[in-house]
Amino acid sequence: MQEEATTLGAVDVLTPRTLEEALRLKSETPGAVPIQGGTDVMVELNFDRARPPALLNLNEVAALRGWSRTNGRVSLGAGLTYAEAMEHPLAELLPALAEAARTVGGPQIRNRGTVGGNLGTASPAGDALPPLLVAGAEVNVASVRGERTLPLHEFLVGPKRNALAEDELIVGVSVAAGAGRETFLKVGPRNAMVIAVVSLALRVVDGELLAAFGSAGPVPALVRAPLEEASSFPEQVAAAASPIDDVRGTAAYRRHALRILAGRALDRCLA
Amino acid sequence: MRIELRVNGEPCEADVWAGESLLYVLRERLGYPGSKNACEQGECGSCSVLYDGKLVCSCLVLAAQADGHQVVTVEGLGEDGRLHRVQEAFVAAGAVQCGFCTPGLVVAAVDLLAHNASPNDDEIREALSGNLCRCTGYAKIFDAVRLAAGT
Ligand SMILES: Cc1cc2nc3c(=O)[nH]c(=O)nc-3n(C[C@H](O)[C@H](O)[C@H](O)COP(=O)(O)OP(=O)(O)OC[C@H]3O[C@@H](n4cnc5c(N)ncnc54)[C@H](O)[C@@H]3O)c2cc1C
Ligand code: FES
Ligand code: FES
Repeated sequence: MQEEATTLGAVDVLTPRTLEEALRLKSETPGAVPIQGGTDVMVELNFDRARPPALLNLNEVAALRGWSRTNGRVSLGAGLTYAEAMEHPLAELLPALAEAARTVGGPQIRNRGTVGGNLGTASPAGDALPPLLVAGAEVNVASVRGERTLPLHEFLVGPKRNALAEDELIVGVSVAAGAGRETFLKVGPRNAMVIAVVSLALRVVDGELLAAFGSAGPVPALVRAPLEEASSFPEQVAAAASPIDDVRGTAAYRRHALRILAGRALDRCLA
Repeated sequence: MRIELRVNGEPCEADVWAGESLLYVLRERLGYPGSKNACEQGECGSCSVLYDGKLVCSCLVLAAQADGHQVVTVEGLGEDGRLHRVQEAFVAAGAVQCGFCTPGLVVAAVDLLAHNASPNDDEIREALSGNLCRCTGYAKIFDAVRLAAGT
């Protein structure tokens, strides 16, 4: 296969077995693109839109998989799949994330696509992001230089841009468990296989309303208000958004839909 | 680079280009053309296989990721030269027109029935939502799944 490698561009695949090895390879291999579920990366490769010098296959790194619970916080590995986020008992701890996961692609995508991959892609439409934002998510990243933790809103720096340094990997994300008073809603042309026209997560906790929207601004963003402002909250959410017109919908429609979604989410959570 | 994997229970080896998909390796290098290539972007499900027992689009698995893993394709569903009951149900219900979507839908339906022996229509709809069919309008595909489930 040497010939093909030269004609198509020399992509190399590195498959570390431990996180330590993964971090070393990431720092030693400039331009190496991490690949977890591959549901974003493979589309780029199949359509010749990307020819990275190397792919860093993270599937064999056990430390990135699964989730755990400590002192009211839940730590999700970067490699947690949407299908896993929908399973008991995690689905009861983070109901909005489970609801969002169920809207991602179809079963094939949910079995491969991961929360870490959604953070890596950092799309304004990433469906895991609004539920994580309302859950006070902190992203754990690491490199050979050490580990750091940053709030999700600081990690998402722009459309499809995140705060990772060249040598860093996402290890996981830690959130506060939701105890049920949270939900996720998404508008799209059908119930499966759609990128959100607009999406909304809501959490009601300690007398506060926390909403985060997707596909209605350059990054999914958080809106907070005291519980007493519930009646004006849909308006506040719509006003906080900065949507654009695109093939999936107009800015005006998105703002309108957000208002409706926020009202419905409040009905669900305050019932 | 060389990968080793199990396809339908058989150990296989393939020399692959590092950027290619499991679907390409199955079809072009290992002689399993059952999984179809229609979109190469996860949208149609015609390339569906069971990967370590999970339903996935083989066009979205990097071939190199499959090194050391297990794949079951539509070719591997039947036993002893007989069709799987889901395949028989697709034939009996007339759920096949051009047939291009059929391998992926059969694998997805087998996966559904493995987890849920008697799914209702909403459950069938959700389980098959990652598979597109341009011909049948899905009604006979639903009939086939109900027939295979015996519901
Ligand atoms: C048919 C289809 C439907 C889809 N539907 C939806 C949908 O409804 N909602 C939605 O939000 N998304 C959807 N997506 C997009 C995609 O599935 C998600 O963004 C998913 O979360 C990506 O996860 P992954 O593990 O597959 O990522 P990959 O493709 O493996 O990686 C995605 C990005 O993250 C980086 N990355 C991955 N892991 C790490 C890590 N540990 N550290 C640093 N960087 C990392 C990669 O380098 C890459 O840039 C869909 C995709 C397809 C093909
Ligand atoms: S070819 Fe893989 S989903 Fe269409
Ligand atoms: S039978 Fe032709 S696409 Fe389904």
